[in-house]
Amino acid sequence: MDTAYSPEDLAFRDEVRDFFQEAYTPELRQRMRSSHKEGAEEWQRKLNDKGWVAPNWPVEFGGTGWTATQKYIYETERSLAGIPNVIPFGLVMVANVIMAYGTDEQKEYFLPRILKSEDWWCQGYSEPGSGSDLASLKTKAERDGDDFIINGAKIWTTYAQYADWIFCLVRTDNSGKKQEGITFILIDMKSEGIKVNPIISIDNHHSLNEVEFSNVRVPAKNVVGEIGKGWTVAKALLAHERTGIAGVADVKRAVRVIKEVAAKEENGGQRLVDDPGFQQRLADIEVELMALEFTELRTLAAQAAGGFPGPESSLLKIKGTELQQATQELLMEIAAYYQGVLPTDLEPDALGHEFTTEARMSYFYGRAATIYGGSNEVQKNIIAKYVLGLE
Amino acid sequence: MNFDFTEEQQMVRDSIARFVQDDYDWDTRKSIVASEKGLSPDNWKLFAELGWLSIPFAEEHGGFGGNIVDLSVVMEELGKGLVVEPYFPTVVLFGGLIARAGNEAQRAEWLPRVIGGDVLGGFAYVERQSRFALHDCLTTATRSGDGFVLNGEKVVVFNGEQADHLVVLARTSGEQSDRTGLSLFIVEASAAGIDKMNYPMMDGQRVANVTFKDVALSADALLGEEGNALALVEALVDEAIIALASEAVGIMGVLNTKTLEYAKTREQFGVAIGSYQALQHRMVDTMMAYEQCKSLLFKALCEYKQDPAMAAETIHALKVLIDRNAKHVFGEAIQIHGGMGMTDELDIGHYAKRLMMINTTFGDANFHRNRFVETAFAA
Repeated sequence: MDTAYSPEDLAFRDEVRDFFQEAYTPELRQRMRSSHKEGAEEWQRKLNDKGWVAPNWPVEFGGTGWTATQKYIYETERSLAGIPNVIPFGLVMVANVIMAYGTDEQKEYFLPRILKSEDWWCQGYSEPGSGSDLASLKTKAERDGDDFIINGAKIWTTYAQYADWIFCLVRTDNSGKKQEGITFILIDMKSEGIKVNPIISIDNHHSLNEVEFSNVRVPAKNVVGEIGKGWTVAKALLAHERTGIAGVADVKRAVRVIKEVAAKEENGGQRLVDDPGFQQRLADIEVELMALEFTELRTLAAQAAGGFPGPESSLLKIKGTELQQATQELLMEIAAYYQGVLPTDLEPDALGHEFTTEARMSYFYGRAATIYGGSNEVQKNIIAKYVLGLE
Repeated sequence: MNFDFTEEQQMVRDSIARFVQDDYDWDTRKSIVASEKGLSPDNWKLFAELGWLSIPFAEEHGGFGGNIVDLSVVMEELGKGLVVEPYFPTVVLFGGLIARAGNEAQRAEWLPRVIGGDVLGGFAYVERQSRFALHDCLTTATRSGDGFVLNGEKVVVFNGEQADHLVVLARTSGEQSDRTGLSLFIVEASAAGIDKMNYPMMDGQRVANVTFKDVALSADALLGEEGNALALVEALVDEAIIALASEAVGIMGVLNTKTLEYAKTREQFGVAIGSYQALQHRMVDTMMAYEQCKSLLFKALCEYKQDPAMAAETIHALKVLIDRNAKHVFGEAIQIHGGMGMTDELDIGHYAKRLMMINTTFGDANFHRNRFVETAFAA
């Protein structure tokens, strides 16, 4: 029972800190804001040049070989520096699947391209009729010689408008149980018959899409894992997605930001940060966060040997997203009347407020965190069934 | 003991409900919000014809002579339809201040115009630094000859973009946070020296930051007694909070109804999601959250109707409960609607946004919990 940093850990922390300080320039920070895609790709390439873009990959494929502690240090420093996480669809999600289930040819082709951010990936899981009940998906893949012909639609597809590739769950067989007959397949977004329809979300932005497939021809060699075994692949991947969204370090940073901005707000001479009611609410968040940090560390330590995380990742997802939303809500409250300001191009000087846009967008986009990646209700079902053994 | 609405109140309720149902469907509301003015002048004229703009004003000025319950009924129904026409800033705030603070000449001049739909008004009281403290005021009105000269800035003025007239809270004496030395003025929004920066809000309102630079005001622009405006404003704010709470109750009811309907029809795992006990209990919780708000609103209405001073403590409690329960209700509405709840296309998120603005207007739960503690725990 020991979490003290060794001298090597401390040296590693300094190295990470120095690198972020030097590499994440103010220009890059600005670019991240104005053009998410270009900014993210530039940053991921810088990380790749340093060899740090995929800390969780096995070393043989380009991972870092870091210990659980080093990964934790890296994540903490990233967040404290205000640097967003890498876009997960390629580097975290599909890469893990390809490494675990892909053919040698798939590994050789896709993994280096993912490391170099040459392809932008998106995730085709949910369908208009299949949200929480993912296994009820209907997008059909019919065999035609060496190809599959895909028909159907995916929804809530984040950044599909940028994507070069989409990894999809499709139905290759209708005869058995609904979990059977699902296949995991990689589809080139430039294929004929794909249409991307934007969905404007309640943060007034376009990140979500509906992706329609009409007679899209996909080579059968793009199937990952066995035909009809996509459900096993998908479940493993969802567990990965969940650990990613605990976001302890990001909530920590949000707490710090909240303290900073609450020190500048006053109600008739009393600073908000000195208001006991406000302090107690923030304290409640911090107490829960302290615990979650160690829950995450326990999970990390258990996974240190490698492999896919288990159902306990659902706990991280539930608690992590609840805390994210609690900090986002508090930031909106601090913005008071300004929380409702819609345009993002007003100069803070003229408007009279600094962080309203950031607060509003993260608040509203953050509402999705308890819905995506398997809604928190589904996570509780997973815990009930697989951890508690309740049927 | 009687919590029934009068026949007249029921008629007003039905008439607004009919308007919302027949003439204010979701697409119509969307196109009004997106239109150049962000409101429908035809609707405003209709509201005047139907007498809705006259509800809180005395009969001698052409008003309906309604009480707080009448106003509550109107606000609740407007809330259900998410009506963006500026009833609250024009009738409740602008008209309400003139009715309370104006002399006979001012009332006779302005109230018939409000009632007739001939004026769009607003109340300029928020400043960059003021947050929820009404008396934290840097805008000044200095005596000059017979009149005053106005200097300063007000921000997030509701209806500020379209308002042709504003009531402005300004300091005629004293320091930034003094409780005395505040005065109200009726100001023409197009007067020389006024500069407006307009912007839309997430709940469909059009607001403005309004800058006053040496704006000359005549003596009769002064509304109420010089230097003693705070008590008047606080009294108006009590009424305004009840009005907003009524609107919030209307919205929460709609959200619960829509969510329940969705839960009964949306199928996952081969059954309606509403058949899951975990979700059933949560919808029971949101129903209770709504009923509790309604009860506290009724308490505030009963007390306020008898004597506004009686309702002071309840009004703080109401603001706290509405804030907390509204968040609970709209949070569950979005969550249970799943991905659909995240879309701008669906009305759920828009109801949520209006509730958030209601929560922050005239002080959020944290602010009013502190005021409640001051009132209720004072021995």
